Amino acid sequence: MKTRKIALLTAIIMVFVMILSACGGNAGAGNTLPVNVGSDPDTIDPALNSAVDGATMIIHAFEGLYTLDKDGVPIPGQALDCKISDDGTVYTFTLRDGLKWSDGKALTAHDFVYSWNRAISPETAADYSYMFEVIDGYDEGKLNVTATDDKTLVVTLKNRVPYFLELTAFPTFSPVRQDIVEAHGDAWATKPDTYIGNGPYKVTEWVPGSHITMTKNKNYWNYKALGMENIKFVLMDDPGAQLTAFTQGEILFTDDMPNDEIDAWREKPEFNIEGQLGTYYVSFNTQKEHLNNPKVREAMTLAIDRDFICREIGKAGQIPAGAFVPIGLSDADPTKEFRDVGGNYYDPYDYEGNLEKAKKALADAGYPNGEGLPTFEYLYNPESSAHMAIGEALQDMWGKIGIKVNLVSQEWATFLNTRKNGDYDIARNGWLGDYNDPISFLDMWITGSGNNDAQWSNAEYDSLISQIKSETDTAKRFELMHKAEDIIFADSMLCPIYYYVDIFLINQKVENFWSSPLGYKYFMYATVKE
Amino acid sequence: MGRYIAKRVLMAIVTIWLVATITFFLMFLVPGGPFLAEKSPSPATLEALNKKYGLDQPVIVQYKNYMLNLVKGEMGESIKQRGRTVSGIISDGFKVSARVGGLAILTAIVIGVPLGCIAALNRGKWLDNLIMVIATCGIAVPGFVVSTVLMLIFSVKLNLLPTYGLSSWRHYIMPVMALAFYPTAYISRLMRTSMLDVIGQDYMRTAKAKGLSQFKMLFKHALRNAILPVVTYLGPLIAYTLTGSFVIEKIFTIPGLGNEFISSITGRDYTMIMGTTIFLASLVIFMNLVVDIAYKIIDPRIKFQ
Repeated sequence: MKTRKIALLTAIIMVFVMILSACGGNAGAGNTLPVNVGSDPDTIDPALNSAVDGATMIIHAFEGLYTLDKDGVPIPGQALDCKISDDGTVYTFTLRDGLKWSDGKALTAHDFVYSWNRAISPETAADYSYMFEVIDGYDEGKLNVTATDDKTLVVTLKNRVPYFLELTAFPTFSPVRQDIVEAHGDAWATKPDTYIGNGPYKVTEWVPGSHITMTKNKNYWNYKALGMENIKFVLMDDPGAQLTAFTQGEILFTDDMPNDEIDAWREKPEFNIEGQLGTYYVSFNTQKEHLNNPKVREAMTLAIDRDFICREIGKAGQIPAGAFVPIGLSDADPTKEFRDVGGNYYDPYDYEGNLEKAKKALADAGYPNGEGLPTFEYLYNPESSAHMAIGEALQDMWGKIGIKVNLVSQEWATFLNTRKNGDYDIARNGWLGDYNDPISFLDMWITGSGNNDAQWSNAEYDSLISQIKSETDTAKRFELMHKAEDIIFADSMLCPIYYYVDIFLINQKVENFWSSPLGYKYFMYATVKE
Repeated sequence: MGRYIAKRVLMAIVTIWLVATITFFLMFLVPGGPFLAEKSPSPATLEALNKKYGLDQPVIVQYKNYMLNLVKGEMGESIKQRGRTVSGIISDGFKVSARVGGLAILTAIVIGVPLGCIAALNRGKWLDNLIMVIATCGIAVPGFVVSTVLMLIFSVKLNLLPTYGLSSWRHYIMPVMALAFYPTAYISRLMRTSMLDVIGQDYMRTAKAKGLSQFKMLFKHALRNAILPVVTYLGPLIAYTLTGSFVIEKIFTIPGLGNEFISSITGRDYTMIMGTTIFLASLVIFMNLVVDIAYKIIDPRIKFQ
């Protein structure tokens, strides 16, 4: 009996020890920069990715013809220089000498030809394939991009595209290895062995849901300038856990934090706010009865205290929006901002004044004090508590002009489906630009566009957008874009709330780090002070 | 016994088929789809994606294809995590979750069973009350609260334990404690109740009259009978604990399987929803079979039917 008990006890202890011994390993230390930019990315295939955190990882493992510097200006990356034809439609890139992939094989201009055509191929089914639509041949499914020799790439565009160099810095324009992609299919971008890149770092370890470790790529042309030996992207999902790990010094950077903690961190040097090309707004379903009346929409747009929402709910320095195209985008004259040239469509800080105008607009629409209007539904998704808080604030603010609104919450995927199908009255919405050009905020509103949640249709607007896309004169093009935005607001088609900002925490020991207006984080030249 | 097991396996296959079928059709009733995002892909891309994953076909055809592949043991590729197979994701996640979960179950048994016995033997005394108060707390306090409190004490205040990952044995302490909290409490309550039941039985009085030591009485005669309800509870507990906890894995950044159950549903990753559901269903059925066999070993009076 006694021996049996001892045997049982020993067995239990052994199981514990066995399980624990399987746990092994030690946390990376020394010359490693541990950061968190998001949870497990769905994909880090440059062609397939459409997420900001995925893009941050991709720009470390890959590099396009151009890359962005600290100020967001395109500078040569894999290309040494670029000659642009007088009419601005032919770009001739010369690649640097001796470019190599992370496994040592030579990289040539042909790799770009393959990769760009792969990205637009229907078999690849890439979300961002439309980024290539500015290139001649896109509509036919074969891009007019040729490698005249191993080092020269000639790209022919449909029209002059002032932001084309910036596009070549976009992750989707990175080269990928034909032999590897063809041999492994989508799986090539899931394992360090096959994830061969041409960027400053290469993936050396990837534990899904835990971390992706990247190590300096010896074959990178600017290897000597790189920062830390390793960058460890810790794949965290919970903002509370991220903040704890940051506070404990276990990660030196985090891209997210609980909203409630912002006030406590605002004054600390670790807390950073950067501009972001994006607008939080409210979609009206312009096909619904009553909401199809532009005056009703105008009244609702005016009756909002945006400053209150930014201060009390957003809390992170969001900027009250007086238009749809956000701040941070350049105009025809690159020294001026599109927003400064276009101005505001109403003063986003003058709540009292706007409120009076809102009441008048509602009366003009035939609904004085909201009489005769039904109760609308405001649709939001509950994944962020701020969405609900903003909904409640709007409910209260619209109540002041007599418009009654019920809040309806739907889980993310259902919410997207409802909104896209136009089965709603009013819904929260948001848009982040893909590149530094206002068209990325304007062409979504053409009739039948997949992102036209407002179900809005305006023939004049549609023809303006197609004119903009074929216009070769930059000044004229921007003039047309301002005109397009004027139409949006003449019709009060949507209701902007604020321009997004990007908040993050970075340990004071980290130097030489920067963030782009698209939200990408650049750690490749970062170092950690001892 | 061989016949009994064969019958159970056959029933298990039918059950799994039913679970798979119901899940498959329910899944397609839920609005939304795997390719929806704040920025929608172009119609051409959407069409290409639907074609790639066979989602352009009628649901009944998709069902037929899925089932035929399943019979061959193929669960396909994840729609959201492109390039990864469902079976690969499940096996990677399960290895991690099972390790953390296995430790948690062992902890729960090793602590819960003796605590329940001690409480029962001290019925009505302060020790019993204390244990029951702790056990009630364990049942009432949800895992995320336990995790957060543990993190606050051991990481933030005392600076003893790391907050994320599983790279050393120290990383396991908090997640295992958080995961073991509820089952420990539940087991100790179950154990206490059934022990009280057994202690009152005639044969226990006989044993006492025969002058057996309390230790022998308890471990030789009482425990074996009293532990049956705990074994019943252990079946599903093991299945659910080994497959991981969404909340605890999220808080401690553990690359386990628990997360996949939720994210596959919110992301409408159809192949992953099917994979995780079938896997969990199979594990629950298997554990129940193990429990039934364990019954027979613990209590020879039980007959297989």
